[in-house]
Amino acid sequence: MLQLEALEKRFGSTVAVDQLSLELPEGEFLSLLGPSGCGKTTTLRMIAGFETPTSGRILVGGKDITRLPPQKRGMGMVFQNYALFPHLNVYENVAYGLKARGAPAAEIPKKVADSLARVDLAGYDNRSVQALSGGQQQRVALARALAPEPPLLLLDEPLSNLDAALRERTRDELRILLKKVGITSIFVTHDQEEAFALSDRIAVMRAGKLQQLDTPEALYRTPVNPFVASFVGRANFLSAQVVSRDGNEGLVEVGESARWRVRLHAGASDRVSVMARPEALTLRSAGAGAASEGLRGRVLDRRFAGSTTVYRVETLGKEIIVSIPGHGGSYEGEVLITAQQDPPLHAFADQS
Amino acid sequence: MSAAGTSAPSRLSRSRAVGRGGVLGGIVTLLLIWLVAYPNIFVLGDSVLEGGSFTLEFYQRFAESRSEREALWNSIWISAASVFFSGVIGIPLAFLFSRYEFPGRAILGGLVSLPVLLPPLVGVIAFLFLYGESGFLARIVQGLLGMERPPWRLTGPWAILLVHSYTMYVYFFLFVSAGLARLDRGYAEASAALGASRVSTFRRVTLPMLGPAIAGAALLVFMTSMGSFSAPYIFGGGFRVLTTQIYVSKLNGDLAIAAVETVILAAVSIAFLAGLQYYEEKQTFTGAGKGMLGGSERIRKGRRTTLTLSAAAWALTIFLLLPHAMVLLVSFVPEGTWTIELFPPEYSVRNYVSLFSESEMLTPIVNSLQMATIATFANVVLAFAAAYLIVRGKFKGRRLLGALIVLPWALPGTVLAMALATTFNQNQPLAGRFLLIGSFAILPLAYFIRNIPLVTRAAMTSFRQFDPSLEEASASLGAGWPTTMRRVALPLVLPGLAAGALLAFVTALGEFVASILLYTHRTRPISVAILSELRAFDFGGAAAYGVFLIALMAVVFLLGYGKVSNGPGV
Repeated sequence: MLQLEALEKRFGSTVAVDQLSLELPEGEFLSLLGPSGCGKTTTLRMIAGFETPTSGRILVGGKDITRLPPQKRGMGMVFQNYALFPHLNVYENVAYGLKARGAPAAEIPKKVADSLARVDLAGYDNRSVQALSGGQQQRVALARALAPEPPLLLLDEPLSNLDAALRERTRDELRILLKKVGITSIFVTHDQEEAFALSDRIAVMRAGKLQQLDTPEALYRTPVNPFVASFVGRANFLSAQVVSRDGNEGLVEVGESARWRVRLHAGASDRVSVMARPEALTLRSAGAGAASEGLRGRVLDRRFAGSTTVYRVETLGKEIIVSIPGHGGSYEGEVLITAQQDPPLHAFADQS
Repeated sequence: MSAAGTSAPSRLSRSRAVGRGGVLGGIVTLLLIWLVAYPNIFVLGDSVLEGGSFTLEFYQRFAESRSEREALWNSIWISAASVFFSGVIGIPLAFLFSRYEFPGRAILGGLVSLPVLLPPLVGVIAFLFLYGESGFLARIVQGLLGMERPPWRLTGPWAILLVHSYTMYVYFFLFVSAGLARLDRGYAEASAALGASRVSTFRRVTLPMLGPAIAGAALLVFMTSMGSFSAPYIFGGGFRVLTTQIYVSKLNGDLAIAAVETVILAAVSIAFLAGLQYYEEKQTFTGAGKGMLGGSERIRKGRRTTLTLSAAAWALTIFLLLPHAMVLLVSFVPEGTWTIELFPPEYSVRNYVSLFSESEMLTPIVNSLQMATIATFANVVLAFAAAYLIVRGKFKGRRLLGALIVLPWALPGTVLAMALATTFNQNQPLAGRFLLIGSFAILPLAYFIRNIPLVTRAAMTSFRQFDPSLEEASASLGAGWPTTMRRVALPLVLPGLAAGALLAFVTALGEFVASILLYTHRTRPISVAILSELRAFDFGGAAAYGVFLIALMAVVFLLGYGKVSNGPGV
């Protein structure tokens, strides 16, 4: 459906988007996720046609649209501030795209009504858009973007202007609506939770470069680098020594006596940085003394979080997070940290 | 913002992103260079060329002539004195209206801002009717003392100063009022909390923060006085200033000297505009912090003080507006009936009837209405395009375009008229020169150029107020550039643009400074007609024209468009 080929955008000497290539199949919901300044919005704006790539190509259905102005691309877009026309009412806002694309005048009222009904705003036709609540404005913006039935929908942080409580509900409604419509969508966000809740796949970006493009689960379980690991979900990093290697797998020694199985990533020499998700680790009391195999640590505090219990543990001069299902025991003082391999542990090249 | 990369694809992408903006930007910039900047070259040329070769002889003649040096010096000291007296009236007035609450404050605040909107010539005749030798005040004094001749004549530098400070205090009033409104009450409170007395709070916090506002007003008044023509022309007598000197030199056919005078006047004005812009930038800096309390609480005093304040404000307002009321009074006096009496013995609407029934008197009104309409229409079209380009455009010439837009503000009407007169006095289409002098087109052109800053800045303010993503939304919904402009940008910019256009229209309707140098009998505008009525001692007729202009101004003001800032226009 959509292909980006070595897309690049420079503003002066800064590279906003660096050699970005990706492919988006029909009907998929893709998120561009990354911290601010990572190039995700610039990428979206290039797809929409508001920015022209410095180099590279954008293809839709195999057709090169890189040089096409926005109005000829036929894409729907929902803006961060919604960009509703303040001088037009709800009906006129939604009808705008239909008129501009030359829909037969007789069909417009019905299409507008359908679009408004779809976002639960039937009967709001004559309201001033400025009199609507933030959530309603967001839905008008969505109805307006979807009314001309675009093949591709672009969403630029459409939830960021809503307050926290409304955001979650709107997010779920958005997911249900877009699945029902079955439209191919690209969603820009810096919020990992939002991206996880909505996306089929997520493209994690940093400093203009695509880091990893994968399903939410794959990003979480098998991040390709420490940045993705720490940006998507929580991650503990501990330095370790490689003891043995077996293809992509290997055994590392953490601290004095703990030996953990890890996936070795490219560039990992003998000294590595091991990434473990909080739930990939567990605790045992050190007091029993018997089995000393494990990483020694000291519990700083414990916090009950419903389905899990979260421990802050100090080890090797660092502070890590260990998450144990259920009430998760009641460890105190000296403990042994052991790895349970699920989700898997990863060893990256040592950054220090 | 602008891509610094010079590789081919980068340049390609830039021009594409701009789309038609680049082409339009080129057209608008060229148009402005042609009309705003280019004509000045011919004035400059006339001042240094004799028979096609370079000479500084005319400048030397200017420097050696006593009367020329005197005119330059007079212009400068009159302007400086105007700044002083305008400030003396305007600054306390601003404090009175901003800091104290009393009955009628809002209405009076609007009324005292009115003089700046009035056509300068109307202001001048208003003074003539009130303070002139046969004016109302002179009659009272003459009657009371039983004098045979008028007690004074309104002429010379003091008359000019009186008119200037009477009309230009408004700049101080508006600037300082705005400064006080922006001034964060928090600062004053912080200062008081730190133990400062009211006097030292005022001296050490309020005044320094108002500095930029006062300096800005002072520069504006200075510039306006430098370019002022009406007052010195009517009241100057033998007192020369640069603007009247240019007029006289041109009438005498001494075009080279007129050109030198024009260049010097333009140079001084541009220098002051540069200063003004510097202070404007500084001013926007004041109180620009976030989350500040806007404005200051007005002080309510006890009942007696409030009544005194209110009475003082009313008296002051009446005093300031009295000259304009005189215009109204005189307009109802039939020609030749008011001779030695204190009050007119007879009132009638005869002056108004003849204004609209005698073709000789109606022609100027029709002329002015036509010419102002044409000029304003052109202003609106240009302002929309130029404002869009300056606010939204990405092309390289944006700064140049912005400078060209404000240039007409820097150039007094006399300078503009001279530039047009020297450029459009011959037909050389390839050099961009056409024979427009003596044609109907020259005055609308002059009005158009003079009002470019006013209308364009009004449109720019509107463009800045709406989010560019609205245009992107329109494009993403499939609307082409023309549709986006028509259905999104135009409706959103329209209120500001209309406000600017209305003000431009009434300004053009009463324009005098450029008109007097460029009109022909067939195209004579209202202002020139007022002048000839004065010359014929038909004060009633002149006043009726004046009331017509004032009434139109009042309509504009009442429509709520009084807030659009006016440029120097005297």
